[in-house]
Amino acid sequence: MKLREILSQFNIFAQCKKYGLSLWQCPQFLFFVMGIIIVASTLAAYLIGSRYVEDPQIVALMVIVVTAILFIIAVIITRSFERLAEANRLKSEFVSVVSHQLRSPLSNLRWALELIMSGRLGKIEEKQLEYFKILKENSNRMRELVSDLLTVSRIETAKLPLEKEECQLEEITQNIIKEFEPFAEASNVEIILKPQKKLPKVSIDTSQIKLVIENLLDNAIRYIKETGRVEIKLEKQDRSLYFEIKDSGVGIPRGDQRYIFQKFFRSENIMRYQTQGSGLGLYITRAIIEKLGGKIGFKSQEGIGSTFWFTLPIKKQDELKIHRSSK
Amino acid sequence: MNKKILFIEDESALQKTFGEVLSQEGYEMISALDGEIGLRLAKEKKPDLILLDLILPKVNGFDVLKQLKEDKETKSIPVVVLTNLEGMRDINKVIELGATTYLVKANYSLGEVVEKIKKTLGQ
Repeated sequence: MKLREILSQFNIFAQCKKYGLSLWQCPQFLFFVMGIIIVASTLAAYLIGSRYVEDPQIVALMVIVVTAILFIIAVIITRSFERLAEANRLKSEFVSVVSHQLRSPLSNLRWALELIMSGRLGKIEEKQLEYFKILKENSNRMRELVSDLLTVSRIETAKLPLEKEECQLEEITQNIIKEFEPFAEASNVEIILKPQKKLPKVSIDTSQIKLVIENLLDNAIRYIKETGRVEIKLEKQDRSLYFEIKDSGVGIPRGDQRYIFQKFFRSENIMRYQTQGSGLGLYITRAIIEKLGGKIGFKSQEGIGSTFWFTLPIKKQDELKIHRSSK
Repeated sequence: MNKKILFIEDESALQKTFGEVLSQEGYEMISALDGEIGLRLAKEKKPDLILLDLILPKVNGFDVLKQLKEDKETKSIPVVVLTNLEGMRDINKVIELGATTYLVKANYSLGEVVEKIKKTLGQ
């Protein structure tokens, strides 16, 4: 399988087709052409040079011509990369516009549905209510998906704003746990928070770090079968604050682990338990942590559970404060 | 007398939904489908509260808000902005222009919006 993947990298025509580019706009093809020209011109320079070695002007002319050809090809290749980048930007913008357009009809739908379900327009039969509930759940799912897509398009067009302020991560985590308690209880999951004492503040965007912790906690609870527990640790490690969330869930199969932060990726084993989910949560989570200057990672074993962690940088001043207060 | 709420919003589906809920809650709702009509009705009807969308035909919501706050007659009417724009720049601009509350449609349920309206009216 791996060898085939490597070999497919060399199939220039297939690669260009994948990007939907014509051959003369495709970097892979242009690199190939450039290689042939370099070899051919080196050979030609050698042949001509060995024949006309007594006339240095011709050799010099040759070098100039070859350099000019290489320069032109380099310009074409650069242009083709620009086109790819532009296509990518247009795609992100398209996603953003479409998501925005979807929001209005979705609000209309949700609110009209809420009005019907409130019984203000008349009594609803038990059986009808069941189906209205399905409509409600699914319109909420669509709303979440659209909101995730908007965040992704903001990440990709580098428009995700950061409003940094000094915060206690412990406090934010506690509040989120409180919000998740009904969901955890319904899923028979116990959430345990183990914070180290006297943790320093970190400079973060509260709303975005909330999104990160919510995503991680939601995954941890959602992928626990029957009963289990989620353990959250908060520690100071060197110059960063370390957040760890450990679950006793279904885990991520080995083969899927390297794709887990990719956009729209959903592990095969979770698709069996959970049809919901956009596959965007962890992609967004990583982008936010990296934008805040932290690192993110995980370890997981199928059938045993997963541990996700991230770090956030601590400002030097805060470290000093902690030192002083602990003395 | 029932309190009057002017709803400036180009989506007629939303006008209908809110019209129903607000009338059941005992309010009189006046609807305006674009910014121009909204501004005219704000002066004519002197509502107790204005519910304002930002993306509107003819005069957009930002300009409607600006003109409302510049006019002596409409200056003191509280304005609740109800929109799908959620950029920090838009929010700051609207608050600077004098809106009382900023609600992003996607983040609220109908009931929550009605609660915010009641709260703004001090009820």
